[in-house]
Amino acid sequence: MGKSIFREYGVPVPEGYVVENLSDVKAFTKPVVIKSQILLGGRGKSGGIKFAKTEADLKKGVSELLGSKIRDYTVSKVLIEEMIDIKKELYVSVTLDRTSRSPIIMATSQGGVEIETLPRENIFIKTVDPILGYSDFMSREAIKFMGLSPEVGKQFAGILRKLYQIFEEKDCELVEINPLVITGDGKVIAADAKVIIDSDSIFRHKEFNVVDPEKTPLELEANAAGYSFIELNGNIGVIANGAGLTMATLDALTLHKGYPRNFLDLGGTDNVEIVAKAFEFVLKANPKAILVNIFGGVTKCDTVATGIVEAKRRYKIAQQIVVRLSGVKEDEGRKILSDAGIEAFPGMMSAIERVVKIAGGN
Amino acid sequence: MSSFVDENTKVIVQGITGHQGSFHAGEMLKFGTKIVAGTSPGKGGTKFMDKIPIFDNVSETIHLKPDATMISVAAPYVKDAAMEAIYSGIKIIYILTEHVPFHDSMEIVHNARRMGSIVLGPNGPGITAVGKCKIGIMPNKIFKKGKIAVASRSGTLTYEIVNAITEAGMGESTVIGLGGDPVVGMNYIDVLKEFEKDDETEEIVLVGEIGGSNEEIAARYIKENISKKVVAYITGRSAPQGKRMGHAGAIIEKGVGTAESKIKAFGEAGVKVAEYPVDIPSLLE
Repeated sequence: MGKSIFREYGVPVPEGYVVENLSDVKAFTKPVVIKSQILLGGRGKSGGIKFAKTEADLKKGVSELLGSKIRDYTVSKVLIEEMIDIKKELYVSVTLDRTSRSPIIMATSQGGVEIETLPRENIFIKTVDPILGYSDFMSREAIKFMGLSPEVGKQFAGILRKLYQIFEEKDCELVEINPLVITGDGKVIAADAKVIIDSDSIFRHKEFNVVDPEKTPLELEANAAGYSFIELNGNIGVIANGAGLTMATLDALTLHKGYPRNFLDLGGTDNVEIVAKAFEFVLKANPKAILVNIFGGVTKCDTVATGIVEAKRRYKIAQQIVVRLSGVKEDEGRKILSDAGIEAFPGMMSAIERVVKIAGGN
Repeated sequence: MSSFVDENTKVIVQGITGHQGSFHAGEMLKFGTKIVAGTSPGKGGTKFMDKIPIFDNVSETIHLKPDATMISVAAPYVKDAAMEAIYSGIKIIYILTEHVPFHDSMEIVHNARRMGSIVLGPNGPGITAVGKCKIGIMPNKIFKKGKIAVASRSGTLTYEIVNAITEAGMGESTVIGLGGDPVVGMNYIDVLKEFEKDDETEEIVLVGEIGGSNEEIAARYIKENISKKVVAYITGRSAPQGKRMGHAGAIIEKGVGTAESKIKAFGEAGVKVAEYPVDIPSLLE
């Protein structure tokens, strides 16, 4: 996907084409690289990349990769790309610097490795004021820092200007070329392209419809239903309200040698159905016990209690549910639960201790 | 005096007729906040709860001399609403909305700064000067007037800690939610400077979480510049790398933003870090 955006903006990328079937492979003319098209980093290490110097290599490589599995993902497409004659590898990126709340440009003549592994003094870093915007002097500074020749520098300047344009226009968190290759005949080409779009901006980018490859099927299902949900490795199902309190709940469980099975943030809601339906996803993760930790405000405790009772009935929950209710309408909430035979505590720590005892560690 | 807002702060609510806007405007009135107007395009000329005038545009509220605004409109419209407030010279702009694209937030924050306004949020619970003024969504009943200032990146976790302080018999001066997004208008240093100056604040609680390095920067700042006692709580110690823990900004990326790093930085600055949220009162005097 990154390379197709680069092509759209005129950032030079290696010539290539994508195939889904062996029969679509064009006649062999020059050495190529065959790359599995999956949305995962590190595909080279996972065997997702092959090199072909002959027609026979090409056909063999494509047929081996199509249908193969890389970390649970089946390869359905491969990219066949001209092999580049690499003379030197550079690095360039535009990303967000949270502290200055501004875009930053990073560039180095030591590309091809993880940028984090390089000493900071070897990296050109320029903070861009988002209102003043980008200007070409920034690439001149970068070119001087990296010691590029005038011919290479001219191409680099064009590429950086376009990268910044992509960063702004496509609402990117990151636009990165690593490596940015200088070829034997002095051309500058983006051998790799990494573009991460801010998921909160998708409403104005109908051209993107990308599923986060790092998410599990259950996470995607719960997210689609409107819950902030993350699967973890333990055995205690967790439902809480607010991201910070939910994280604090996981931390407290862990410090008590209890192991959370998931993160589920109800958010601010006063809707019984949203509370009840949350259990559906927690139950699919098959926990040994379930902890609900609510500090009521916008989310009122009696609403949560009614939702828990409804979920218990609807999903015939066999696991023990331990509830902590505090804040707005806590007394009403705890009464609703005790009438339904569900344990409810006023304090977070006693609920944590109780649920860890039930789940009995991992 | 108190930090940022007080009993004289005049507030408008942009999006006062929406579900969130109307509910929280009502709660703010109960708290005692001076809401002088609301806006809602197309609803100008009507009244909120039969008393607060509603206008179509922020410029029409200028004669009421608003000091602050609460923006509660859908994410795609937040940038325009904030620009409207900046153009009208409103000095404190609180954005409640979650899921604002961070490119919009960058523009809002930098434009506001150039025009001498401050931005609180997006995606935070707002600010409460206890007994004086509340702008935002914090529950009214958790507060008690006191000497402890609280700044946090979170919502409900802040309520949990404020509630613990109140239940321990202490109380709060000012409570500020900075916001859970990667780009927010104020960081810890901005509020620490105010808390240090505020004669109603004696001790400071910082509530941090994984992601970014603002807690580490705050720790260094505290060591050099803050004479008042500061204690902290950090959430996300059990969070796995690379996962966004509910807040867009709560993510450990390539080893940066871990809870360990933040706890260590606070330790080096002499800031005690509570193991559990409920332990905060025991670290205070």
